[in-house]
Amino acid sequence: MIPLRIPAHLVSTGLGPLFDGVGHVVVTPEDLLPILALSLLAGLGGRAYGRRVLFTLPVAWFFGGLVGMETGWALPFAVTALSFLILGGLVAADRPFDERVGSGLAIALGLVHGMMSGVEMREAGLGLTGLFGTIGTLFVIVSLVSGMVVSLKREWTRIAVRVAGSWIVAIGLLYMGWTLSGR
Amino acid sequence: MRFSFAVLIAAAALAVLTPLPLAAHEGGSAAGLISGLLHPVTGLDHVLAMIAVGIWGAQLGAPAIWVLPVTFPMVMALGGMAGLLGLSLPGVEVGIGLSALLLGAMVAMERRPDLRAAAVLVGFFAVFHGYAHGAELPDGQSGLLYSIGFVVSTGLLHGAGIGIGEVRRLPWGGTALRGVGGLIALAGIRFTWSALVG
Repeated sequence: MIPLRIPAHLVSTGLGPLFDGVGHVVVTPEDLLPILALSLLAGLGGRAYGRRVLFTLPVAWFFGGLVGMETGWALPFAVTALSFLILGGLVAADRPFDERVGSGLAIALGLVHGMMSGVEMREAGLGLTGLFGTIGTLFVIVSLVSGMVVSLKREWTRIAVRVAGSWIVAIGLLYMGWTLSGR
Repeated sequence: MRFSFAVLIAAAALAVLTPLPLAAHEGGSAAGLISGLLHPVTGLDHVLAMIAVGIWGAQLGAPAIWVLPVTFPMVMALGGMAGLLGLSLPGVEVGIGLSALLLGAMVAMERRPDLRAAAVLVGFFAVFHGYAHGAELPDGQSGLLYSIGFVVSTGLLHGAGIGIGEVRRLPWGGTALRGVGGLIALAGIRFTWSALVG
């Protein structure tokens, strides 16, 4: 019965860039799909790897984002397609891998995509607040997806995760062809 | 289990009964996703071949039930990449017709070759399907969203094939599947003939 304030205009709260940052990942498939792939991989790798990715990815993304915001260096889109191929391929293969390699992948993804994301935020004028929104979303996505995969018990559910990995590879190949053809 | 089934039925009913929005203005990025989702289901030759892959995988059982649907999209994407880059591939339509013919025949005869041979056969034909899709991709749309829609739609067709293939567990299921395979093979003869004669 108590009426709530409706802060329809986020400009007045100063939180507009934060929500823009939150939404940025969700509406940018170039970032979202590799994040999903890494989250699936983290889940397949088990609890310990999942926990490590949960923290290394957002931290690396933050530092990559800072570099992107400061320098404005835009990387070629082919880099994005490579993330699809490498991470999707590892999910599809579902083979055990060295812990250092696993952590390196999370850091590399965070730095590279964080940097690209930072460049876009610089152009949109979102600043650090937007970057905090993005890494918050990353934390939520990784925790939900990797947690779900870790909890999978039946064999066919793990196979479904691998199939999703193969789809990400296929999308990456098509995307690379699209980029290279200059369309 | 009963609760899960009830949730499944409720979700299906919701999906069927909920009115769709009239997306009169589907321009922008969403157009790429929608085009990608629709592209694989607008050609009967593609649809039948993908469903045949799923049914054959189900007939073969594990691990083919997932190896074939994993192989197909990845190799198909390589073909799509070739099409996008404008590389030449002769006999694309004949290859697509033959894929329906041979995969349908495999289902009809319930053939059980070595897993690698099955994967190579499926992968070989996937190149033709991917190339055709890649060469026909529309300009001016989001390539990434198109690719997502396209791959998801193809994967769902395989899933439909696997679902159909699961009738093998019923007493009459094996015979019914062989019949479906025969029909797909007949359609494949028609597609191949059309491609050859023009």
